[in-house]
Amino acid sequence: MSAVLQMPGTDTAAALELSGIHAGYGDFQALFGVGLRVEPGEAVGVVGPNGAGKTTLLRVISGLIRPRAGTLRYGGQDLTALPPHELPALGIAHVPENRRLFPQLTVEENLKVGAFSKAARPHFAERRDRVYTLFPRLKQRRHQLAGTMSGGEQQMCAIGRALMSGPRILLLDEPSAGLAPLVVQQVFALVHRIREEGLTVLIVEQNVAQVLRVVDRAYVLETGRVAAEGRSAELAADPAIRRSYLGGH
Amino acid sequence: MKPDRSSRPLGGLLLPAILLAALACVPLLSPPDYLMHVMITMLLTALAGTGWAMMGRFGLVSFGHGAFLGIASYTMALLWNLYGITPWLGIPIGVAAAVAAAVLLGYPSFRLRVVGHYFALVTLAAGEIVRILIVALRDITGGSLGMTPEQAEPGMGFFALQFGKVGFWWIALLAWAGGLLAWRALDRSMSSKALAAIAEDEDAAASVGIRVTREKLKVTMISAGLAALAGALTAQYRMYLNPESLAGLGISLQIVFGAIAGGMYSPIGPTIGALITIGLDESLRIGFGTQFIGAAPFVYGILLVLFMLFLPRGIAGLLERRRRPPQSAATPAREAAARP
Amino acid sequence: MDPFLLEALLNGVLLGGVFALPVLGLNLVFGVVDVIWLCYAELVMVGMYAVWFLYTQMGWPLALAFAVCLAVVAMLGLLLHLLVVRPLLGSPPISQVLATGGVLFVLQGAATLVFSTDFRSLGVEMPPMEMGEVFISGTKLAAFIAALTGAGVLWAFLKFTYVGTAIRAIARDREVMPLMGVDPQRIYLIASAVGGALAGLAACLLVVQLDVHPFIGLSFGPITFMICVMGGLGNMLGGFLAAFLMGLIVSTGGFWWNTEMSYVVAFLFFILVIFLRPRGLFAR
Repeated sequence: MSAVLQMPGTDTAAALELSGIHAGYGDFQALFGVGLRVEPGEAVGVVGPNGAGKTTLLRVISGLIRPRAGTLRYGGQDLTALPPHELPALGIAHVPENRRLFPQLTVEENLKVGAFSKAARPHFAERRDRVYTLFPRLKQRRHQLAGTMSGGEQQMCAIGRALMSGPRILLLDEPSAGLAPLVVQQVFALVHRIREEGLTVLIVEQNVAQVLRVVDRAYVLETGRVAAEGRSAELAADPAIRRSYLGGH
Repeated sequence: MKPDRSSRPLGGLLLPAILLAALACVPLLSPPDYLMHVMITMLLTALAGTGWAMMGRFGLVSFGHGAFLGIASYTMALLWNLYGITPWLGIPIGVAAAVAAAVLLGYPSFRLRVVGHYFALVTLAAGEIVRILIVALRDITGGSLGMTPEQAEPGMGFFALQFGKVGFWWIALLAWAGGLLAWRALDRSMSSKALAAIAEDEDAAASVGIRVTREKLKVTMISAGLAALAGALTAQYRMYLNPESLAGLGISLQIVFGAIAGGMYSPIGPTIGALITIGLDESLRIGFGTQFIGAAPFVYGILLVLFMLFLPRGIAGLLERRRRPPQSAATPAREAAARP
Repeated sequence: MDPFLLEALLNGVLLGGVFALPVLGLNLVFGVVDVIWLCYAELVMVGMYAVWFLYTQMGWPLALAFAVCLAVVAMLGLLLHLLVVRPLLGSPPISQVLATGGVLFVLQGAATLVFSTDFRSLGVEMPPMEMGEVFISGTKLAAFIAALTGAGVLWAFLKFTYVGTAIRAIARDREVMPLMGVDPQRIYLIASAVGGALAGLAACLLVVQLDVHPFIGLSFGPITFMICVMGGLGNMLGGFLAAFLMGLIVSTGGFWWNTEMSYVVAFLFFILVIFLRPRGLFAR
């Protein structure tokens, strides 16, 4: 386990638990009683069609949206009681949909923002170097404006930025979005490596085939409800899943 | 189904007409000169505010309405002093000049989609330009020291539009009523719907066939015209003009404040606003004399902040019946787009 | 070149330097908090009165008066944000601008009440310096250098510190900031304090050149806004450059014509620029 990326002195056995989550935007409700669980060290996927509520789910976890009902706990601690900017200090890092890098800042400056929290700053140099080891292409472009990079490089930068806070669990929102198939494979290979570093991972994805190869378990979200869950192998073999999501027979 | 409003052009005007007639009779009660002065000032201030609010309520916030007061009043005064042209002509000419300036500024602004903060600052620049020009051309305008219209010879009062308090009371009353009529006319026309649509989403409005530039220009012209009229009448009534009170950021902001405090979404709002600002001015003057100059803007300022915090729709908004905002077609689409 | 023209150009540059500070402050706050402080020039006015009062009425050393001024106006910026801007963050922009407009009146009124409308002078003057054939006011030069130094410090702060980098980031993407552990409210406060400090610095520079009175904000406020918009609202570098451009226009306009008309020219130039490039000269 890479000690550098880990938060020192923290409880490594923290599970993420959601139960009965209802959430939405204004009058519009996106999630209806969603529950899931991610054990430490696991990689879990959340798949489903467009509009199913996958991104909303991650935003609830990282505190960008307050759930109307339900519980949300990490390591036993109630997350809904905390303002969103305190979550990285707890070890939760969210790589947003569409990367959301700061295009007019350099790669290194983007990483710097990722290390903003008081706990993360002392470890900036080591973590940055570790990120550059994981993503050598980023090191080459460290002083390049983030907005001028290719989609795949931006994805790496976004993941790197999230790693700068020394998370224990990484939330990835549609990492394959807008990327060419070859690049998608590279990204998922990276996710695999991150798992090897000992990080817990929760991935929201539309590309079901790819994500099932990387995660241990997955939930299927349809119109704001958990329609199915199981180990990836089971889901991959399930005929209904194959029909709906794997273009299969 | 509401009755077709256009078929009843004078509908609902009976009560206001009676009220107006009653107000016109006020001089018969021989109120003290001072009170008349205050009320005339209130009416003219209300007119300026009403003019401003016609634009302001549709999101066209101007910080330069002082320009219109200045252009109209100085044009009128100069035509009289230099060429002896009666203000009966001078005022319309002045108002026309102000409206022309509004078009000159408005047309490119609207064509080029200058909106929001940018538009507000363009108007601010315009207001300041007028003020500085007045000061710079001091040989003609008297600069910061101001100028006075020539006193008419006895018997020529009517020609010179120089009346006593009673005369100006009626003039001010008529002008103010005219402003409210203009508001009403706008409200009943398709333009107000078009402008509301533009205020909500300019692109969507344009795509539905609304002529954005033309509608904005129309309301700007009316707005400028009313403010200009107020400025010219004020100058004529006071028999004194100076650039600080008739142009520039200071007076522009005061107009805005009055309209907002009274409530810019209601026709009677700016009038209430005028009651507040002038009332405040006078009570402070009576209460403290010249001792506490500076108290008025201080109190204005505090009130403005408080209004923005707690009463953004002004006093009139408080009096409005609560109505649930209509769910427009745009809303569900926006929320659907926000979905994952 | 005609020495008087050269002098005008040089003065234009010096003037631009002084315009630059409030422009940077306004752009900083707008870029971060997304609100225009209509009362910004009045914050400078308060700072000017602070220096004048401490130096001429209390006999404090000028340097100390300057330091206190910076602190006072920075604090004023903080208070402005906490009391007026923050409660209105969810309201339409017009409410926010008008509320700061209200503060404009409050500050003008307060200044009138406390200090009356008399013009107050600091009474310091550095002798004009001769550079070749031209005379440059020593005070203006000192002010220019101080302004550039202030801008330099700001640049370094934005470029190299964590908070500065976060400020640059938040200006473009507000929503993701909490994901990195950044509390936007805290950044707004810091930006407001820095914006206030810049106004305070501008006050120090202006009070040695101009007599202060309650309405002095109206004389440089409008042009400051115009410069900000010309450079592109929120664009620090654009505003900085536009400040020098305007300084040159005002100064050379004053050379050809007179000072007042030069402001008319400057404002007309501004309107022209907005028509030609509605988002500012250096819009992103």
